[in-house]
Amino acid sequence: MSDPKAVAEYATRLGDDSLILGHRLSEWVSRAPFLEEDLALTNVALDFIGRARMFYQYAAELAGDGTTEDTLAYTRDIREFTNLLICELPRGDFAFSVVRHFLYDAFQLPFLQALKHSSDERLAAIAAKAEKESRYHLRRGSEWVRRLGDGTEESRARTQQAVNDLWGYTHEMFELDALDQRLVDAGIAVDIVALRPVWEDTVKTVLTDATLTVPENTWGVRGGRTGYHTDSFGFLLAELQFMQRAYPGLTW
Amino acid sequence: MVNQLIPLLPVEELARRQRRIDSDCAHIWDVLDTVMDPEIPVISIYELGVLQDVGYNEGMVKLVLTPTYIGCPAMNIMEEDARAALAEAGFDHVQVETRLSPAWSTAWLSQPARAKMQRYGVAAPESDADIKCPQCGSEQVAVISEFGSTACKALYRCKDCGEPFDFFKAI
Repeated sequence: MSDPKAVAEYATRLGDDSLILGHRLSEWVSRAPFLEEDLALTNVALDFIGRARMFYQYAAELAGDGTTEDTLAYTRDIREFTNLLICELPRGDFAFSVVRHFLYDAFQLPFLQALKHSSDERLAAIAAKAEKESRYHLRRGSEWVRRLGDGTEESRARTQQAVNDLWGYTHEMFELDALDQRLVDAGIAVDIVALRPVWEDTVKTVLTDATLTVPENTWGVRGGRTGYHTDSFGFLLAELQFMQRAYPGLTW
Repeated sequence: MVNQLIPLLPVEELARRQRRIDSDCAHIWDVLDTVMDPEIPVISIYELGVLQDVGYNEGMVKLVLTPTYIGCPAMNIMEEDARAALAEAGFDHVQVETRLSPAWSTAWLSQPARAKMQRYGVAAPESDADIKCPQCGSEQVAVISEFGSTACKALYRCKDCGEPFDFFKAI
């Protein structure tokens, strides 16, 4: 099956996840708890923004209508972005950012390992590249969760709070919609439902090590994939797209 | 388990070296040997493995580059530096293609390149259990941060000589 429009849409949503999470991470620049952590967060943000560029470039090529990676990032409005909600939530305190990243990386690593076997060569190549970085991100994130959870009374309380506040946003990662299903059937997209046990295993192991409680699945929020976002998202885009909104068509 | 004394070269790296040997534009590869990694300026983009292929056709040079890390800002610098070096050698028309597959690996770095890196003060990529201080050679080292001054490096400290140093991560 050759369906460039569907693949472009799929690549765009993967690009959206990376760009928005990368942007949230970049907000830590000069604000991290100490210098080395500042550099680390900046580097991880760069990995994600680089990944977004790869997915957007591919989506733009498939669209073939003058769309570019920049128009995808800078000239779409809220409802046109299809990132997972967990990626866009405000950065919160350090514990919140660490936990968000850990929960996402624990999903992202098996996702990329599966996407590596996509019948779409370009998506497979991006995944093979990004997988190596995500392995590192997950290792680092797991260490931080252990250190903060099994740390002081305050760090433990904040980390548990972050886990509780984020939990309901994790379900969306494993929900297939019609586009996913069509591309899974064609051997292009990843069957995300199948990743859930792997994710649960990683998350439970690390949270337990960190002396934290794994929450019950009592609530869930979704909507990112259909363009319904949290109220923070407009503010994020206002900053991300400021130059293009103030000076349309500006180039460096 | 038998110790692996001779490091095995990955097939894709063997193929890359063969492309240079078989190339009919050896002089262009030679020009590009002067283009260094901006962060570790003793290693050329060829030694680093970023320069994947070179072609020449009717006045047009075609370069194939692969990124080390997807978001590495040094990639743009390497491309600009390659264009500048080629322009100086009289090649004004250069086309650059970015290729992601095969994904870049530190396994492609040759032993001489690793030695140069070590002398420059950056611990060369080995397995995490086998990191040596580039200053004094001690194996008594501790990680300070998983990310150092760039995405490709982690920050370590030597417990013997006390010096902090960058470790080029093995990926």
